[in-house]
Amino acid sequence: MKLTGADILVRTLIEQGCKTVFGYPGGQILNVYDSLYKYGDEITHVLAAHEQGAAHAADGYARSTGKVGVVIATSGPGATNLVTGIATAMLDSVPLVAITGNVGSDSIGRDSFQEIDITGVTLPITKHNYFVGSVEELADTLREAFRIASSGRPGPVLVDVPKNVQISSCEYEPLPPALPDEKFAAKDIRVEQAAELINSSVRPYVYVGGGVISAGAYDEAIALAETIDAPIGCSLMGISAVPTKNPRFLGMQGMHGHYASSVAFSESDCIIALGGRFNDRVTGDREKFNEKKHIVHIDVDGSELGKNVTVEVGLRGDLKLTLEKLIKLLSKKHLPAWQARIGELKAVESQYSCDKGGLNPHTAMYALNEFLGENTAVATDVGQHQMWAAQDLSFSKPRRFISSGGLGTMGFGMGAAIGAAIGSGERSVLVTGDGSFGMNLNELATAVSYRVPLVVLIMNNGVLGMVRQWQTLFFGKRYSNTVLARKTDFTALAKAFGAEGERAETLGELKSALYHAFSYDGAYVIDCAVDKDEMVFPMVPPGASVENLILK
Amino acid sequence: MKRYTVAVLVKNEYGVLNRVTSMFRRRRFNILALTVSETETPELSRITVLFDGDDGNEEQLVNQLYKLPDVKSIKELHSDDSVSAELLLIKVKNGDGVGEGILRAAANAFDAKIVDYTKETVIMQMTGERDRIDAFIDLMRGFEILEICRTGIVSLERGEVTIRKVTNI
Repeated sequence: MKLTGADILVRTLIEQGCKTVFGYPGGQILNVYDSLYKYGDEITHVLAAHEQGAAHAADGYARSTGKVGVVIATSGPGATNLVTGIATAMLDSVPLVAITGNVGSDSIGRDSFQEIDITGVTLPITKHNYFVGSVEELADTLREAFRIASSGRPGPVLVDVPKNVQISSCEYEPLPPALPDEKFAAKDIRVEQAAELINSSVRPYVYVGGGVISAGAYDEAIALAETIDAPIGCSLMGISAVPTKNPRFLGMQGMHGHYASSVAFSESDCIIALGGRFNDRVTGDREKFNEKKHIVHIDVDGSELGKNVTVEVGLRGDLKLTLEKLIKLLSKKHLPAWQARIGELKAVESQYSCDKGGLNPHTAMYALNEFLGENTAVATDVGQHQMWAAQDLSFSKPRRFISSGGLGTMGFGMGAAIGAAIGSGERSVLVTGDGSFGMNLNELATAVSYRVPLVVLIMNNGVLGMVRQWQTLFFGKRYSNTVLARKTDFTALAKAFGAEGERAETLGELKSALYHAFSYDGAYVIDCAVDKDEMVFPMVPPGASVENLILK
Repeated sequence: MKRYTVAVLVKNEYGVLNRVTSMFRRRRFNILALTVSETETPELSRITVLFDGDDGNEEQLVNQLYKLPDVKSIKELHSDDSVSAELLLIKVKNGDGVGEGILRAAANAFDAKIVDYTKETVIMQMTGERDRIDAFIDLMRGFEILEICRTGIVSLERGEVTIRKVTNI
């Protein structure tokens, strides 16, 4: 059938199995919005308050479902407002297709009104991007975008569609959804080398990265640890891949990781890294980290092998398929000495537990745990609250912790939590700080408009806590521009947006607020008081190693 | 530090060179020379990259290139089993005091061709391996060099092997 480019665009999204898109209309994408109106019973468009929020929502939708998230924006400022959202998805390997309108091909290159070279702008922050030259290329380009976004190591793809392509017509025949590239296991020789190294280790450690979630290799990661009697730790991106209550799980390692996992990570003689990338927040001092240990690194992206640390054996391949092969070659281990050491580390860690007393960041997180269902997705923003959530929240299913790990985007959480709630069809939670919340709180309007069940827990300390913590520790307590001392009344603000809210100053008040929030049909904001001098511990200072770990 | 030559077969579309060089820039690869040309197939272009680094840099460069959807094939070329050449145009001052005989002798020794000759200037053209071109330029410093333009290297593997037969992607 003959359709306009705008119709083809929307029909191709539907054909690719996309039922919900996020976005914001504007002049150069009007034709596409007209088609969204026309096909409204087959595809839902969620109107955000700002394109950045829409991009984070599509990202949160993708992270919570594993599907490709789609965001649509107009040219110029609409497109540039997506940039932080696209970069966030890039750094965390989230499958995202961003569609932008642009001025007509005749006007390109003339600095026309709302013209921007968005394929140029997003070149370093997309897996790939396209400028669609003609309506005939449109459907296949979109299919290709879905394939690339979801293949191998996932990531964002941008498709820029000039106005004339939206208006002109051509033949369109629907096709089945584009399949990701075929998955492959690492080469036999590498798997054999890895098995040999692991079999000879006495202190093995399984490091779970975000790739375990992307590849769905949860069971294989646990099976690996059980076969070789190893503890499991994770990066921020790996949280929720392994149930928190799994007895082998030590929690997040790294700069603000759990004591036991960070120390075990550093004492291990053989780290088996699964879809992680040895980020500086994970390793600290890279050279020190590399001493006296072997690393087996499995990643679908070959460029990660040996990028940040020297690896003994690098295996390029799908995690699930590669682990299946690897586990068969491993001899069953029983390592009482290593387990005893892990036990000691856990005992040290438990001495520093903060579960007693009144309201503090940790008791707040424990209180929240009581309300989390197994399907409740928790999004965070970036800063101290993010680390408290990463350390203390408990998850039993994957894709339930949604956080900007790589880019560290303050303002990510509000959109992401909305996207996650829409994606999972269940109430989601945003744990945020007063600083981060201030960045994109406009999306509260979106949550209210779409009646998204959402609990926003603001850890309100009146300061930019994480930056202030660094100022306390490394900048002689010179609190340059980190004291907010704003007069914002978050409860009143919630109500102004059409949401509900309350303030909690004691643990009892927080528990009752959480009860109200989790039984409320809509968005509910809890303004939770946190002391401004609370710090995130343990902490490995930037660039230092685990010997310099600050516990309290 | 070692010197590496990598040949890359890419889609012949606008913007592809930009994608490749943008990756080099943002990952801070130390590129010495880069050539781009059409190939035996109109759909494909060939990029030859010469760069300095260590084996880790080389591995990263190749692995990062793999990730670009427009890259079709990559081949690392080694001097012992490949042929490389570069083209040089060099303009030197002519006229009083320039020993024209010495200039011609030098050109002959390096198989350089005089392609333009005026009373004031001489332009010579030379092709050859990079080191030989460097040596010739050094020799010309004895005269007054006015301008130099060189293409960067092109390189092909000896024998039956071709980049399109590489199935490393």
